[in-house]
Amino acid sequence: MSVDLTSNTGGIISPNPFWLASAPPANSGEQIKRAFDAGWGGAVWKTLGTPIQNVSSRFGAIRWKGNAGVGFNNIELITDRPLDVNFREIADVKKHYPKHAVIVSLMVETRDEWREIIKRSEDAGADGLELNFGCPHGMCERGMGSAVGQEPTVNKRITEWAKEFATVPVLVKLTPNVGNIIPHGLAAQAGGADGVSLINTIKSIIGVDLDTMVPRPTVNGHSTNGGYCGAAVRPIALHMVAALSRDPSFNIPISGIGGITDWKDAVEFMLLGSSSVQVCTEVMLRGYRIVEDMIEGLETWMEAKSFNSLDDFVGRSIPSYSNWGNLDLNYEIVAKINADTCIGCNRCMVACHDGAHQCIHPNPNGIQPIVDEDECVGCNLCQIVCPVPDCVQMVEVDNGFGPVTWNQHLADGSTLRHKKGSH
Amino acid sequence: MGRVPDDRAEAVFEDYKAAYSLQQAIAESERCLYCFDAPCIQACPTGIDIPTFIRKIATGNLKGSAKTIFDSNILGMSCARVCPVEVLCVGDCVYNREDSPPIQIGKLQRFATDRAYEEGWSFSEAGEPTGKKVACIGAGPASLAAAHKLRQLGHSVTLFDKRDVVGGLNITGVAPYKIRADQAEAEVEWVLGIGGIEVRTGVSIPTDVSWSDLESEFDAIFLGFGLGPDRFIGGEEGLSNAHGAVEFIESFKLGPVDLSGVKRALVLGGGNTAVDAVRELAGLGVADVRMVYRGDESGMSGYSHEWKAAKVDNVRGVWRTQPVGYEVEGDRVTGVRCVTVDADKKPIPGSEHVLPADLVLVAIGQAKLGELVSDLSGVEVEWGRVVAGEDGATGRPGVYCGGDCRNGGKEVVNAVAEGRDAAIAMNAYLMGAN
Repeated sequence: MSVDLTSNTGGIISPNPFWLASAPPANSGEQIKRAFDAGWGGAVWKTLGTPIQNVSSRFGAIRWKGNAGVGFNNIELITDRPLDVNFREIADVKKHYPKHAVIVSLMVETRDEWREIIKRSEDAGADGLELNFGCPHGMCERGMGSAVGQEPTVNKRITEWAKEFATVPVLVKLTPNVGNIIPHGLAAQAGGADGVSLINTIKSIIGVDLDTMVPRPTVNGHSTNGGYCGAAVRPIALHMVAALSRDPSFNIPISGIGGITDWKDAVEFMLLGSSSVQVCTEVMLRGYRIVEDMIEGLETWMEAKSFNSLDDFVGRSIPSYSNWGNLDLNYEIVAKINADTCIGCNRCMVACHDGAHQCIHPNPNGIQPIVDEDECVGCNLCQIVCPVPDCVQMVEVDNGFGPVTWNQHLADGSTLRHKKGSH
Repeated sequence: MGRVPDDRAEAVFEDYKAAYSLQQAIAESERCLYCFDAPCIQACPTGIDIPTFIRKIATGNLKGSAKTIFDSNILGMSCARVCPVEVLCVGDCVYNREDSPPIQIGKLQRFATDRAYEEGWSFSEAGEPTGKKVACIGAGPASLAAAHKLRQLGHSVTLFDKRDVVGGLNITGVAPYKIRADQAEAEVEWVLGIGGIEVRTGVSIPTDVSWSDLESEFDAIFLGFGLGPDRFIGGEEGLSNAHGAVEFIESFKLGPVDLSGVKRALVLGGGNTAVDAVRELAGLGVADVRMVYRGDESGMSGYSHEWKAAKVDNVRGVWRTQPVGYEVEGDRVTGVRCVTVDADKKPIPGSEHVLPADLVLVAIGQAKLGELVSDLSGVEVEWGRVVAGEDGATGRPGVYCGGDCRNGGKEVVNAVAEGRDAAIAMNAYLMGAN
């Protein structure tokens, strides 16, 4: 059986859902051609606007357990290459790769500038446009990027301009540097956007050099806040994607972005409603070649789940994303430690004692700690810290109480089970 | 085609490199740097994309990982176990350059390929039939790799082997603490699973079927008949307890062996067969096993990592010692007469002595079988080896060659690479000859 990976994001069709995000890996035609050869289905061209001058020293990274780049930040701005060159290369890429999606990211100021750059992008053969309302460093100081994305009225107005001038689909790239993503997604929708892309990077300081005491990345004795990305931001991005997906008044497609490193991460974004996914940091760290595994892993997973097309599962996890008030308070799980596989590190015990509810205790007759199931609240912390796969299992307990949510309890006083771990 | 029997003495051996658990495999694969243009790939004769298959283990794409391996090396399961990775991929891991432990590529490859066998994944299908027929002479790793690739390209293939069992040295010769005959047999079935490979066992070429008959039946011939019998120092005829090492290894890999009464065993030689033999004898319960070699420990041609492992098994080396004959009682050897040699391997006068032994294995090399092709004009033979170009082509159109009969005796992985590449060249020959 072969599965169909064709992706449609607001009318932008690509042979698979894997796109390069608008970023250094999508800076030039030569790069994007190599990316398409490696298997990427689309690319969002690094943002075009009035070419800028970049600083030297642009990236910073979090090194965690030997792996540099778990979290990553940058202070690079939009394209620094002449627009003529960019448009010529876009046309050349489209000529050679007609079936791949080339989306051009744009960031300019005035209505006339938007009209002009959209026309030139379409003339070059762009399959879609992405309005960069997200960049949280540098460009926002000039009234663009996240400065636009943080103001729903401005977002909507510029989106309307773009839709007025464009004939190809328009995506609005949203900034996560807001308290609530929903009004911003709705503003883009109200402006007529064909879809949204999120998240752009998160405003950040990646660290401080302890010798010079200057934050990183350091530019001649100074630094500035940058945009945070990489695997560390994924949970934030997943939430924002899901929040829009499940909002009943939000109805346009999503291109998911934020810390995607492999096929499993991509599937998570799709399950929460992304029609396509965009990747930057992992490509910056390991190269375009990672896409082979992303395609293969996605295909294998789809086959295992008997899915034929992306539509079979995009958004599939949304119905199970509830408000806290709708979770069943009478559902009860407890930890069970497998005595045969436990290696006796006692990490579960210290975690439970110091960080949870003091219900895992020393075993006088063996190496594996003992769970006091009468007090175990079922928090998962012991399972999280356990180094042995499947050694700690969280097992459901039949406590005789039927499901009751907090909202139900408030409404009709339904009986709740007794509290555990509140000694 | 016969099956390997159950009562094999080799069954007592356990893997000396234990299999990884899922947890261990993920931890090791996450340690891989995913190098670009990686030296481990360059070091692999079959050019497996090692960083890619390892990353796929890390991301949980085990099926894709196995596919990456088998795409380059259809015998990836046995190679994972028998390759001298210490001098190939693992030896070239960039971590060695900073004195960090290199990635255990062989163990990771075993993890991925074992999973494919367990799950029954297969990745290759026979190509559209071309109507062309190819004979592979010898059914060892070179011919199996050639046959599989030829089937992928749509040609029909017939394997000939003088033995009853298919698999060649992987079945009869590889140390059982690396792979046992039943495991190698499972691999043969996996390779033959592509379908359309006819097997004719118990057939010696050219005695049972002549080259001219083969050439009239088949459109091309692949020579993969390996090496010949053990060489001897002389004087072994009629002795019941002096054997060629290769012959002895085959006997305990494919059946029972009686070593009762053998307390002291000598293995003559310093190559990899000798090192295998001493470890095997120790594993089969012989208390005192010594390897007799005319050079120094540093000069032996056997891999140093293998010899190091042998020493852990309590095996000893007898260096600068040249066997010259046997002490015999009736039909039994009681000792090996030796002389001590100097650094230039010249005998030291008056140094003659006897090393007592209950069993002697001779591991000083194997005969080359080049004379088998003496009737095939155009096929050149040098020092007993069939001469072939990079693509396996001999001097006779339609006749290709790979494996030990061409390279003089290298690793399984070399045979696989030569067989596979010869198949690709044969395809060009066959389709061009249309």
